[in-house]
Amino acid sequence: MVVQALAFYLFAAVVVASAMMVIAARNPVHSVLFLILAFFNSAGLFVLMGAEFLAMILVVVYVGAVAVLFLFVVMMLDVDVTQIKHGFLQYLPVGVLIGLILLIELAMVAGAWVAVPEAQSVAQIPFSPGGDVTNTQALGAVLYDRYVYLFQAAGLILLVAMIGAIVLTLRTREGVRKQSISDQISRRTEDSVEVKDVPSGGGV
Amino acid sequence: MNIGNDILTALPEIFLACSAIALLMLGVFRGEGSSRLIMTLSVTALIVTLGLLLMGPTRNTSAFNDLFANDGFGDFMKMLVLIGAALTMVMAQRYIEREQMARFELPVLLLFSTVGMLMMISANDLIALYMGVELQSLALYVVAAIRRDTLRSSEAGLKYFVLGSLSSGMLLYGLSMIYGFTGTTNFTTLAEIFANGGEVSLGLTVGLVFLSAGLAFKISAVPFHMWTPDVYEGAPTAITAFFAVAPKIAGLALFVRVLMGPFGELVDQWQQIIVFIAVASMLVGALAAIAQNNIKRLMAYSSIGNMGYALVGLAAGTQEGIRAVGVYMAIYLFMNVGTFAVILCMRVNDRMVERIDDLKGLSRTNPLIALALAIFMFSMAGIPPLAGFFGKLYVFLAAVESGLYILAVIGVLTSVISAFYYLRIIKVMYFDEPSEAFDQPIGREMAVVLTATSVIVLLFFIMPSPILESASAAAEAFFPAGP
Amino acid sequence: MNELLAEYLPILIFIGLALGLAVVMVVASYLVARQRPDTEKVSSYECGFEAFDDARSKFDVRFYLVAILFIIFDLEVAFLFPWAVSLGEIGMFGFWSMMIFLGLLTIGFVYEWKKGALEWE
Repeated sequence: MVVQALAFYLFAAVVVASAMMVIAARNPVHSVLFLILAFFNSAGLFVLMGAEFLAMILVVVYVGAVAVLFLFVVMMLDVDVTQIKHGFLQYLPVGVLIGLILLIELAMVAGAWVAVPEAQSVAQIPFSPGGDVTNTQALGAVLYDRYVYLFQAAGLILLVAMIGAIVLTLRTREGVRKQSISDQISRRTEDSVEVKDVPSGGGV
Repeated sequence: MNIGNDILTALPEIFLACSAIALLMLGVFRGEGSSRLIMTLSVTALIVTLGLLLMGPTRNTSAFNDLFANDGFGDFMKMLVLIGAALTMVMAQRYIEREQMARFELPVLLLFSTVGMLMMISANDLIALYMGVELQSLALYVVAAIRRDTLRSSEAGLKYFVLGSLSSGMLLYGLSMIYGFTGTTNFTTLAEIFANGGEVSLGLTVGLVFLSAGLAFKISAVPFHMWTPDVYEGAPTAITAFFAVAPKIAGLALFVRVLMGPFGELVDQWQQIIVFIAVASMLVGALAAIAQNNIKRLMAYSSIGNMGYALVGLAAGTQEGIRAVGVYMAIYLFMNVGTFAVILCMRVNDRMVERIDDLKGLSRTNPLIALALAIFMFSMAGIPPLAGFFGKLYVFLAAVESGLYILAVIGVLTSVISAFYYLRIIKVMYFDEPSEAFDQPIGREMAVVLTATSVIVLLFFIMPSPILESASAAAEAFFPAGP
Repeated sequence: MNELLAEYLPILIFIGLALGLAVVMVVASYLVARQRPDTEKVSSYECGFEAFDDARSKFDVRFYLVAILFIIFDLEVAFLFPWAVSLGEIGMFGFWSMMIFLGLLTIGFVYEWKKGALEWE
């Protein structure tokens, strides 16, 4: 139990600290690296809550892909750091105010947390599967048949994302000489070599 | 689970998604030159979907484990969305060819967005709602920025995307709150809980507020309207026409479905929010539009105002109110499509113009277009006996019947104010000295769309029954017993 | 719950060890090695020339395209894990539902390929 509590406080503290650093770091690349640290520690928190699958997805998708994308974007934009930080103090009061309001709301909500009692009787899916069913199995058991509609909708959204990324960023460059392997392979001797019978003394 | 039945219930959506995919493949294999063909086929696909929708015998059925619901209201709103999408795509073809932005992905993305809208309208679950909204918005973000080499279009796309994802965040936060406090995401179950006198906790109210904020953003109701003028102005005009019609109808339909369906018993909780949003939208729509010189910006504020009027009907929360929303959106569809058809005709010397001053003396240089625009403007201003008058009339009547007198009075006042800028356009067209004439010809499909929409708007009062009756049938979906 | 966490204990210990070792190496090299900084020593070295300009240059937008396409397929793979684990329970329906999902993304893949988004030029 002690280890669990210690691990929780460690992860939670690092998440909060690195989240702070994401917005406070001078260099945007450092911000992204702190973001990765925050993702990692959130994954730790998920494990502590027993949500293994989410933790692993966080590492695979967020750390592995999203953070890399962020890095590319940061480098692509060639951000002028001093200029961005320019208005930071100006917006700070408003930001703090909004954060405070959200915090108060959260506190009020948490204070009044009572699930509607009728919900218990009508809710059909058990919240956490008992026994030795792992997270991943429990997800798999409902995602592909009970929620097939949402699953295919997710597929459509991913497809649209793919089309969108290509429509907006793909450019074909002019004057690029490409190797066409099929052309090279299908080329035969007759296409490129011509044998001429040259009469002696006549020249070509 | 009977998958065959489920597929039959959602057949229009499935057909549209499959045809979008097929057209994507067709386009990519035929190359860039196939833009016109893909556009024609897309419009055909929309019409076939409309046919499937009308033929579908399914009323009040649900599919996919109650994630997806079909009812009269959904059918009516889907019909409007499909008509709006098809008409705006018909108008778009000539424009995108002239502006050298013909790419086959454009119609495909619009089709995907329409699939998202149909999913939104049929959503019977919080997650299904979110998936529909995301599919619709994601395709629209891309479409707004489709002219990626012009600064204005990419700015419009970026603004739309950043603010849109913010609103999706709010929506998701609200949804998770609702789930956390009720333990279910299903609309039917939620409605049962509240009908049986389920306790309304503070968290649920907060969730409901966030949900309303997210949806208000999608229909650009004040105070979440900031993106609208910039996106409308920056996006290519044909795309703006699409933005102004189909997504608005779908967003409003979703708003109605969420508030009247699962939260129907909580009218007291959300009525004040909707009243506030409606009043603010009507005021901003009326006042801010006065200072606009750009007709696309003007239409943006006009649509903000129109959303306010439609929300008045929702605020009433009665069967009459919902019927009024249906009638209003149907009329809004035809008025807006017609107005944007005129805006798409505004070309001088092979270049698009979009200032109101460019309309000067249109009555002399092009009397027919001027007449059509005059009809739409009079209708939007709510002058009887044009269609727009009846739209507002039903909405205000519904508000008065449920005791929202102040709301109705504010509505009437703001429509008087907004009449000022609608009538100004007519004044510019009919009483100012002509400037340069618009390029001729405007194209056969434009002429057809203009004639059809203006005839519908003009002669609505002679034959209002088709729209009125189907809107009544739509409204019955939320009041099964019937008063 | 605790059984589950007990399984993760080795990982926690491993992270602790890795962190500790890294800290020890940095601190030790700081403490043990001789530190004599000098402007010439710490300046950047570019083949004997003065540095021309900042080493950070703008990345091509193509990197972004590759990264975002990677994310999409990464997400697709994320959906495959629960499917693979529970394929026995969900039967044919689950199998075909995944096949349709994969079909959608294959359509996207074909589109990408034909458009030439996977070529670097």
